[in-house]
Amino acid sequence: MLSPVILIPAILNGLLTGAIYALVALGLTLIYGVLHIINFAHGALLSAAMFAAFFAYHQLGLDPYLAAFLLAPAFFAFGYALQRFVIGPASHGNDRNMLLVTLGIAIVIENALLYAFRADTRTIDVPYAFQTVDFGFTFLALPRVVGFAAAFVVALLLWLIMGWTDIGKAIRAVAKEKLGAELVGIDVAHVYAMTFGLGTACVAVAACLLIPTYYVNPNVGNAFILVAFTIVVLGGMGSVPGALIGGLIIGVVESLSGLFLGESLGQIGIFLIFIAVLLVRPSGLFGAKT
Amino acid sequence: MSDQRIPFSRRKFLATTALGAAAATGGLAMPSVLRAQGAGVKLGVLHPVSGALSYSGQQGRLGATLAIDEINSAGGIKAMGGAKIDPILGDAQSTPEGGTAEVEKMNSAGVACIVGGYASNICLATTQAAARYDLPYIVDVGVTDAIVSRGLKNTFRFGPGFGVIAKTALANLVAINDNAGKPAKTVMIVHEDSAFGSGLAKLLNAQLPPQGFQVLDTIAHPTPTRDFNNVVLKIKSANPDIVIPADYYNEYVLLARTMQQQKVRPKAAIYSVLGGAASSYKFVKEFPEAAQYIMDCNHWFDPRNPKAQALKKKVEAKGQFFTYEVYLNYCCVRLLADALERAKSADRAKIIAALESSTFAGHIMPYGPTRFVNGQNQGAMPANTQVIGHDIQVILPEAFASAKAVYPLPPA
Repeated sequence: MLSPVILIPAILNGLLTGAIYALVALGLTLIYGVLHIINFAHGALLSAAMFAAFFAYHQLGLDPYLAAFLLAPAFFAFGYALQRFVIGPASHGNDRNMLLVTLGIAIVIENALLYAFRADTRTIDVPYAFQTVDFGFTFLALPRVVGFAAAFVVALLLWLIMGWTDIGKAIRAVAKEKLGAELVGIDVAHVYAMTFGLGTACVAVAACLLIPTYYVNPNVGNAFILVAFTIVVLGGMGSVPGALIGGLIIGVVESLSGLFLGESLGQIGIFLIFIAVLLVRPSGLFGAKT
Repeated sequence: MSDQRIPFSRRKFLATTALGAAAATGGLAMPSVLRAQGAGVKLGVLHPVSGALSYSGQQGRLGATLAIDEINSAGGIKAMGGAKIDPILGDAQSTPEGGTAEVEKMNSAGVACIVGGYASNICLATTQAAARYDLPYIVDVGVTDAIVSRGLKNTFRFGPGFGVIAKTALANLVAINDNAGKPAKTVMIVHEDSAFGSGLAKLLNAQLPPQGFQVLDTIAHPTPTRDFNNVVLKIKSANPDIVIPADYYNEYVLLARTMQQQKVRPKAAIYSVLGGAASSYKFVKEFPEAAQYIMDCNHWFDPRNPKAQALKKKVEAKGQFFTYEVYLNYCCVRLLADALERAKSADRAKIIAALESSTFAGHIMPYGPTRFVNGQNQGAMPANTQVIGHDIQVILPEAFASAKAVYPLPPA
């Protein structure tokens, strides 16, 4: 079982899967870092984005990778509007209310999808879905390699936005000290909505990268969301590099524990890490110490 | 246990007194039967049409309502003066509790019988709830054998149970392999880790070695599983002659696609038992290459029966796939209609008696003669199918076969 013939491809697979996890976690960590809420609607938004990518392919003939350039802005706008006009006003400034509102939104989105598209599982068949990159000792699926690279690009973009743009600075200011940011003239409601929009855009990109090799149904987001929560905790709440590194680590851990303990117990590795991080380093790998 | 004994004895008491009363006052009962004609026969159609199982539930409901429409437009139940079947649709919400709540509602609404349930755990709960009211219940799918082994007199299952399916699957695998000169000796099992997959894996692990097969590895995985690359890596390194998957639809498709992607192909066959996708037109249509030559032992219709082909056309014209939920439910409603014709009444006890003595032959399944023992149809059998070209063919049992098995796999 320890033969490198299996071990090395398993690690590579873990990294590829982990990159997609990271992308889902990026949106989540961003929203947590600024709004200090766990966005329960994240999984439902992922399902919705995957349906959008599915129909973009089926109705418009749009390749999922091209659709990402359309869906990311569209979901950014959707996320912005959701926070600005629904979550924000409904929460009346109370974080706990916000949490409940996102939970409600998750239920509404999931059931709207169920009503509109039934529970039927759908897949798309792009010409390159079965193409592989031959490494000599193993084949890696081309769409998964693309997903891996794209996750890094998105993380880099997000990191640049956060570090070098005005809105990035404003987001960081609000995350650190909401009242102070408000006092220096930052429109907190706008920053909240921008953050939510960016987080939702990440989900849209993840959906477009997932759809060529995965399936979509109204509950599909739930398969990813628990793992994404773990990554956010591991990487440090609100940390972009943390989400990326955390995602890769979780991907490899899941892959290896699946290999050694059996697929059924593969998840154990993830949650052992989750508990260990909470015990030893509650702020996560890249989290600010509080 | 004592909780259960009370309803059982009450039920038996009611059943015998009801039968006795019916026999003693046969003449007097007639007027009430005549009065019932105008109202029609209320039939509970119960499926999980929301929640995790909603796709299967909706397919099941489609099959049942198609049968009801056909019966009604052909003049209803003739022995009851053309009484129409009046469906009362229920949603089990993919949980046993949801199913039980619907049974209570349907009982209050005065249904004569309930058809459906779909999942084993839902059927276990709903049949028991219906038993308290002596309400006849026809299980559409629910393969767990516990459904018909608890002594519930109201419960009938037209399709085969898990034990029969597993036994047939094993016998057919041995037969197919023997016929081809025993090219396969090693097996690998990939199964989902709930009762269905694990039970099957345990059974295969016990039964395959005496038949001359070596089980190289047994891999369990949860539902949902996001990635099958590691499983396929293990298959690749063990290089078995036969891979036996037992998974639900999504995981099955993911596994088959990953095998194709990693260029992993067993020497002899992919042979599934109750494979989630192996005998699904949807899978074949969407991934013809990944599906090619996959064998399955599962519920299947009789391809030589013109009525089955007509129903298939009808379902496909509605833009739906002709899945086993559709035709099993269709047959269950037909089975009930046949019982109603002989019972000549919507009386629950009479329907139960008519189902017990049923020899229903108007179905579209590749079954032997219908005969119920303890509520289980003894004629019910699974069929072996294989994806050949862009279609799914029946390869066993011989009497219903539409093609010869392609075994072992031709070189890629």
